[in-house]
Amino acid sequence: MSTQPLLELKDVHKSFGPKQVLTGVDLDVAPGKSLVVLGGSGSGKSVMLKNALGLMTPNHGQIFFDGVDVTRDQGKTREAMRARIGMLFQSAALFDSLTVWENIAFRLLNADGMKRKDAKERAIETLKQVRLGSDVADLTPAEISGGMQKRVGLARAIVSRPELIFFDEPTTGLDPITADAINDLIVEQTKALGAAAISITHDMASARKIADEIAMLFEGKIIWRGPASMIDNSGNDYVDQFVHGRAEGPIQPAL
Amino acid sequence: MSNASTKAKSGFPNPLQWLGGATLAMLGEVGRLSIFTAKTMGASFSPRWYPAQIIRQMIAIGFYSLPVVGLSAIFIGAALALNIYSGGSRFGAEQFVPNIVVLGITRELGVTITGLMLAGRVSAGIAAEIGAMRVTEQIDALKTLSANPFRYLYAPRFLAGILTLPMLVLIADIIGVMGGWAVSTLGLGFDSTTYLRNTMDFLTWEDVTVGLIKAVVFGGVIAILGCYHGDKSSAGATGVGRAATFAMVGAAVLILAFNYLISTVLVDFGS
Repeated sequence: MSTQPLLELKDVHKSFGPKQVLTGVDLDVAPGKSLVVLGGSGSGKSVMLKNALGLMTPNHGQIFFDGVDVTRDQGKTREAMRARIGMLFQSAALFDSLTVWENIAFRLLNADGMKRKDAKERAIETLKQVRLGSDVADLTPAEISGGMQKRVGLARAIVSRPELIFFDEPTTGLDPITADAINDLIVEQTKALGAAAISITHDMASARKIADEIAMLFEGKIIWRGPASMIDNSGNDYVDQFVHGRAEGPIQPAL
Repeated sequence: MSNASTKAKSGFPNPLQWLGGATLAMLGEVGRLSIFTAKTMGASFSPRWYPAQIIRQMIAIGFYSLPVVGLSAIFIGAALALNIYSGGSRFGAEQFVPNIVVLGITRELGVTITGLMLAGRVSAGIAAEIGAMRVTEQIDALKTLSANPFRYLYAPRFLAGILTLPMLVLIADIIGVMGGWAVSTLGLGFDSTTYLRNTMDFLTWEDVTVGLIKAVVFGGVIAILGCYHGDKSSAGATGVGRAATFAMVGAAVLILAFNYLISTVLVDFGS
């Protein structure tokens, strides 16, 4: 039985002036599956994610969400899509002027029209899911550590129970222990929600832990895709070089 | 065409090419700013509004600007009285100090000084705040959370600007006139009651209204320039710093330009 992909990118191109960043990305993720996209610095991972989210518009190609073409739609179709997705940004991107609970409950308060009392209860409940106590709810993002900010960002991404969650470099800037804890939370929460996940990273430990499938983006195209268990036997020189972190090989270091 | 042919022999760019490039860049900037202004105004005057954001911005722009506006106004009023007294004494017109002080403050100086002070304090501040949000992906985060930055960030600042500037200008007018009164009565020998009566007798509603009309426009200019430059801020501390500088300089220049334009229109209409 074939399942319709929840998100599908078809031949997506994106350039900035003369610089071609995406040169024909084909990618899809099925409901409930976790796909990790690997790629070096400057390979176009973040641009691909922003196109998928509708924060950028591709120059060419199509993006489908649940079978609906959302490539250039900025209206109600796009809003309906965004109501069904969550996003954890690389820097967490918490709003400085709001408290932790207001950050988590932002969508509930501003898009769903939930009452503040109910939204705060739901935010605190979600904080517990990411192993944070209610004592941080009234702090501002500047008053908590980087690891806690990532957890709050994760809580904000999952609070509205999305069907698809994007993770942009979820472990960047964290120590290995905190990074592993974040990876555990990502796996636990996406499974609990039954949500699909697309993560972009160059952290192999993170990729191995959270992926059902792994894809490799190089020079604006997906050059390999396979089950996470096959990553060490991909038969692709580019993937091998990346997985083993070698300077020598077909990929030139971004110096 | 080779680079050599587009440059003068001295190695400097061809002046015509430079002029053409600069003109196109300026027109592009005017176009982008106009579209941004139209979008912000569209979001400001149609639902949905964010009242808590509007009140927060009114406090930030209006209430926290009171000290700087009050201090600027009192010194401008005092200096104006001294200069009018000094100049007027050359042809025996010292008695017109109250009249000219109130006219100068309400029609011109109160609103212009308030506008320029807020271009520095508020426009640059908005640009730095929005710019920091842009480079830390907070604006992208807003969009993914189904909030439109024009409605959530820019419209509240625009509405706060056009609502609070007139209030600040009224306060600046009163404090500026009192600055002139203080210098005139304490240092120049004017009788307090006579000074205030002359001021009130000479003042017309049109004088105050002219300042308030300008204040609404200046409030919009200050907020829009701050939001626009913050929104297109490039990454890093340099990008945010540059956005703040452009916002402040742009707002100050536009305030002076609009001041002249509005004065011309209102004088033509007899105000």
